[in-house]
Amino acid sequence: MADITAPAYREFPIIPVLKPGSMEGKGPFVASDKINEAVGFPGHLVDDWHDKAIAKMGELLSKYRSFKVFMDACVHCGACTDKCHYFIGTQDPKNMPVARQDLMRSVYRRYFTLPGKLFPKLVGARDLTREVLDEWFNYYHQCSECRRCSVFCPYGIDTAEITMAAREILDSIGYGQKYSNEIIGKVHKIGNNLGLPGPALLDTLEGLEEDVKDAIGIDVRFPIDVKGAEVLLITPSADFFAEPHIDSLIGYAKVFHASGTSWTLSSMASEAGNFGMFIGNYEQLRKIALRIREAALELGVKRIVVGECGHAWRVAYSFWNTLSGVGDGAGEVDRFAQMLQKQLDHRYKQPTHICEFTWDLIERNALTFDKSLNDKHIITFHDSCNVARGSRMGDLPGGQFEIPRNIIKAVANNFVEMAPNTTREQTFCCGGGGGVLTDDLLELRVKGALPRMEVLKQSVDEHGVNFMATICAICKAQFTKVLPIYGFDRKMVGGVHQLVSNAIQLGQK
Amino acid sequence: MASIVFAILFYFATLLLVVGLIYRINTYARTPAPLKIPTTPAPTTTGGVVLRLTREVVFFESLFKANLWIWSTGWLFHASMALVALRHLRYFTDPVWGWVAFIQPFGMYAGITMLLGLCGLWWRRLFVERIRYISTPSDHLMLLLLIGIAASGLLMTFVVHTDVIAVKGYFLGLMHLDIQVLPADLLLSVHLFLVVSLLVAFPFSKLLHAPGVFFSPTRNQKDDPREKRHLSAWAAKLESEKN
Repeated sequence: MADITAPAYREFPIIPVLKPGSMEGKGPFVASDKINEAVGFPGHLVDDWHDKAIAKMGELLSKYRSFKVFMDACVHCGACTDKCHYFIGTQDPKNMPVARQDLMRSVYRRYFTLPGKLFPKLVGARDLTREVLDEWFNYYHQCSECRRCSVFCPYGIDTAEITMAAREILDSIGYGQKYSNEIIGKVHKIGNNLGLPGPALLDTLEGLEEDVKDAIGIDVRFPIDVKGAEVLLITPSADFFAEPHIDSLIGYAKVFHASGTSWTLSSMASEAGNFGMFIGNYEQLRKIALRIREAALELGVKRIVVGECGHAWRVAYSFWNTLSGVGDGAGEVDRFAQMLQKQLDHRYKQPTHICEFTWDLIERNALTFDKSLNDKHIITFHDSCNVARGSRMGDLPGGQFEIPRNIIKAVANNFVEMAPNTTREQTFCCGGGGGVLTDDLLELRVKGALPRMEVLKQSVDEHGVNFMATICAICKAQFTKVLPIYGFDRKMVGGVHQLVSNAIQLGQK
Repeated sequence: MASIVFAILFYFATLLLVVGLIYRINTYARTPAPLKIPTTPAPTTTGGVVLRLTREVVFFESLFKANLWIWSTGWLFHASMALVALRHLRYFTDPVWGWVAFIQPFGMYAGITMLLGLCGLWWRRLFVERIRYISTPSDHLMLLLLIGIAASGLLMTFVVHTDVIAVKGYFLGLMHLDIQVLPADLLLSVHLFLVVSLLVAFPFSKLLHAPGVFFSPTRNQKDDPREKRHLSAWAAKLESEKN
């Protein structure tokens, strides 16, 4: 894979010309029998895949209003055609959101609508053939479910919902993706996406305590499985050992230390990430989320705080209450949710993002910073797609944009924005989200990063930016990999709490 | 003869439209939305959602953010068509309501802007590479159908007038199951036939975007998942089974 090079920057960000077929056959590895079966899917493509797939599609159409309405409502207006980072980077027309949807919609029309049954050619309907199925596998794994297209669609059609449905159908007939399904297997078996077993985790945390002690001479603790702690921290497992993720973990620990908060990690729920969302499977999504509920009940915590992870925060913020009762406002007779909600402290939002937690302390003047310690950085902020378009922070819509920026400005002196049509809800995906952060998709990841890299280049040239902060484990891993391919230093990317960690003064208040 | 054929066609088309739309809307309304998926930032209150949908339906807010060419041609077409349709109420009311009488001149000229908008949309479909790529034959036909309706209507308004008094008598009659004589006029027949085709196509085609937008979970959901537990019936079953 060493021969993958970055595509050229566009001189002006014009809409690229189409290169049909340019990403054909460049999808990910197919999951092995063992991987599929470990998650409860058929090991390999079943014999009656055609009928099973159509039946599954019918089932999903009756279970998800989004899928049903989105199949019908598209008018092919073209508003979304130039909005996907993968289309911009690859120029493959099937990576245009509407064309990606149409891979599914054409089959929907053929089997579920009258005009498609009577006049397939006229309405662009087609039979589900093996070629179509392979096309689904290829192109529905070239979508990062980032929802940027849904911002611009006049009917709010969200390609992510269709990608999820497609992956769900593919999994149900034994045609799953290796990367996502392997990771889901690890979560169930070991407890986290990286397959880091309990003892290794304990070891890592002890090592971290020593490292921090050596660096600043203060005993900052990284507690795990502490019953009766106030806060349970759920964070992506990459935070435990990957660079630059670990620097943010140190940042969270310092914030807890400085505020005197008793907190704990959980070895049972040592993973915030939930790839059940990526494969669109409600049962998996729920099963993975229930680990957090169990850990919270077992440890008796009052608050659940989530670390820097984009899709995990979408799942936590938008879905946890539904899936596992982590939230507020369950009905009186809802015993399942009440059991947990009675335990939680509702003076605080449940769950709370670590940025909400830190910003609340900053607003109450409970933390002290030496901002000059971040002076070597000229910082910009990359909004992560799932945080930007699938969640919120604080009390007001858009708090997910303001709060991380406010923290950066509170801990550092040099902050600049990137181009306005590429930030906030219009942010570009890093190119690695939604279950594509795997080396078998490296070409896609490099090309998909193009729009963000162009804008970063611009802010480097104009403002001398040398640090791009973000609050997503996948963004951090993806940028660490692709930045050098675009000629940047891979250490340019880091977490918001990495900056907090640099500037926070312990033992001051 | 034409009077009876069109009477049958209009009764049939209206029935199909009403039944088809009720069926569709009922399906949308009854299909659960198991997860909270508003595209954020999203309103946190019901009032906010109503405002968001109103802006979406009246001003095409998202499309405005997406592409000014599609927005301007699309909005021009839809707004003009709304005026034109309202103007046509004069053929179904007697006496004509005051405000319908008032908008007559605007509605007449809106026919021209409607045609302009449609031509703009078709031009994009024909000549912009990526939009041509995503277009199916039915997308072109749908535009041609609407262009045909607008053009035949405009010709009758501005060039070859038809006997509108008789036309009105015919439609008032239809509403009371009393079939009157429809003027024998080729343009009128073309116009009416295309309108019938549009009514028939509505519940089976992409014209479902009209009711669909109100049922789109990314637009019509409140952003309050932490404050209130949202649980669909089929998802709740998973809980009772295992817990």
